[in-house]
Amino acid sequence: MITDDVIWQVINYNQCSFKAKTQTQTMCRNQYNITGLCNKSACPLAQSQYATILEEDGVLFLAIKTAERAHSPKRLWERIRLPKSYMAALELVDQHLQYWPKFIVHKCKQRLTKITQYIIRMRRLRLKARPKLERVHTKREKRDSRREAKAERAANLDKAIEKELLARLRAGTYGDIYNYPLQEYGKLLDKEEEAEEEAEEEAEEEGGMEFVEDLVDEEDEDLEEADYAFRAPDDADGDDSDVGEDGDEDEDEGARPTERKPRGKGQRGAAGAGARPPDGQPGAGAKRRRVNIEYEHELESEPRRALGR
Amino acid sequence: MGRLKPDVGNKLKRAELAFKDKANKKKEKKQRQIERRKEAEALGSEAPPKQVPKSLDTMREYDETVVQPDDEEVMGEDAIDEFAEHFTGAESKTLITTGHYTSPEIMQLVDELVDLMPNAEYRKRGTADLKPIIEGASERGYTMMMVVTSKAKKATGLWVVKLPAGPTAHFRMTSVRLRKQIRNHGRPTSHRPELVLNNFGTRLGHRIGRLFGSLFPHDPQFHGRRVVTLHNQRDFVFLRHHRYMFSETGQRAYLQELGPRLTLRLRSLQLGTFDTTHGLYEWHHTPDMDTSRRRFFL
Repeated sequence: MITDDVIWQVINYNQCSFKAKTQTQTMCRNQYNITGLCNKSACPLAQSQYATILEEDGVLFLAIKTAERAHSPKRLWERIRLPKSYMAALELVDQHLQYWPKFIVHKCKQRLTKITQYIIRMRRLRLKARPKLERVHTKREKRDSRREAKAERAANLDKAIEKELLARLRAGTYGDIYNYPLQEYGKLLDKEEEAEEEAEEEAEEEGGMEFVEDLVDEEDEDLEEADYAFRAPDDADGDDSDVGEDGDEDEDEGARPTERKPRGKGQRGAAGAGARPPDGQPGAGAKRRRVNIEYEHELESEPRRALGR
Repeated sequence: MGRLKPDVGNKLKRAELAFKDKANKKKEKKQRQIERRKEAEALGSEAPPKQVPKSLDTMREYDETVVQPDDEEVMGEDAIDEFAEHFTGAESKTLITTGHYTSPEIMQLVDELVDLMPNAEYRKRGTADLKPIIEGASERGYTMMMVVTSKAKKATGLWVVKLPAGPTAHFRMTSVRLRKQIRNHGRPTSHRPELVLNNFGTRLGHRIGRLFGSLFPHDPQFHGRRVVTLHNQRDFVFLRHHRYMFSETGQRAYLQELGPRLTLRLRSLQLGTFDTTHGLYEWHHTPDMDTSRRRFFL
């Protein structure tokens, strides 16, 4: 028809509001356009006989425009609902566009295929669980990281863990893996000693009998025992010279500590051996004169100790 | 903070004065502390009680759900809840996987998590969806499942799912430090570790504690001296992994970190297994819950 040419002249060389020019080609925004391109054969405005496929909410329509209805825009497009089945829809398109230009029939079928495929894809994507994207709350993140750092400092983790482990150790969770009797053992010993001392004191107070075996002071006696116990006959000479230089007061002080921890510890012998003169040298400033040592003491040490205890 | 010396015009002078002022205050504070200590020593047993510093923990808002040790209701619930089987001797078996996209960093973290938990196995996620994986894992006898999610090669989340019937906990994961990044780290042995769960006080915390508890076996090998700690402080759960050694006197425990080190923060606890569309939530954190800095949920 003549109007088609006129319209296309206007569209092509003048203004068309549906025309969208890109760098490579010119596109068409009209929803009835069958290819999306701006050219004469695919222009829904410049073609009085035209057909296309439309999709509305997943339902397909074949839309047909004929010259006979051109005078009434309201009834210009005939819409035929296409069945859901792709094959049936194709048949229907063939039926309605039986003697139409090959170009339009072909493009309609192409469009039908494309739309059917994208509907299937849409459905599949809807059904599939997809990750929901969330924005990053920078302010909250910063605030939380600050609070985390403070909480970590407040937690004092290493100490908390150590405390818990030690609590478990004390509670006996580890059974006999660890043998830490030292402290407890020491405490127990202390307690027993205290109890014994108390018992002795009580006995004294009550006026019980007491055996005093010798005039010799118990402390001194202990010292002597220590000395003898440790003094090997060969190093006796070396010891002598040392002590002579040190003087008497030193001698006394050196000897005292050994008296306080009389039994059970290695210190006793060591200190005694270093500081004690062998034959009870008389010191000028000594508080107390030493009794001459009789060698029998050594022999008697065992029964005495038992008594003293 | 405003100016400490607002009336001095010269900036340098003002700064100098402010600095002196601050130093003086510090000195005075120290002095007060010393005096207080002396006073306490002098008074002996009659000394005023030692001052406890105010902190968010001591000033925490009252929470009526804090579990008391002799709460019969809680004990009864513990006996029948989803984790009860693990607390009566059933062995746990954990499946660890990642999101769809992983990176060497994430895989390293997963490796270390596998080392951390005995009976844990890694399975490649690929493109598989989580729901069928959960079903399959339940059928194969796994009791727990963990999913490490990540973004831009950084671990950002952790899902812990109890199989086969839930619950599902979702944590945000931050501050991940792998073994290599920890100074003086050791290498873990394959002994079953001990577990230390600290400060899971409320009902929700109790439940989360039990969730973590069922990830680990309950018969640790004490001679391995491995300890895994999950310490909750102000709703941040700190995961640490150490080897310990008691001092000769048994008065101290020395720790060597084995890694990984990370922080978890609970986002949601869901009834049932993973379901983001129709899942029911026991607890879900929303920003409007953060009404106060002193309000904590675990």
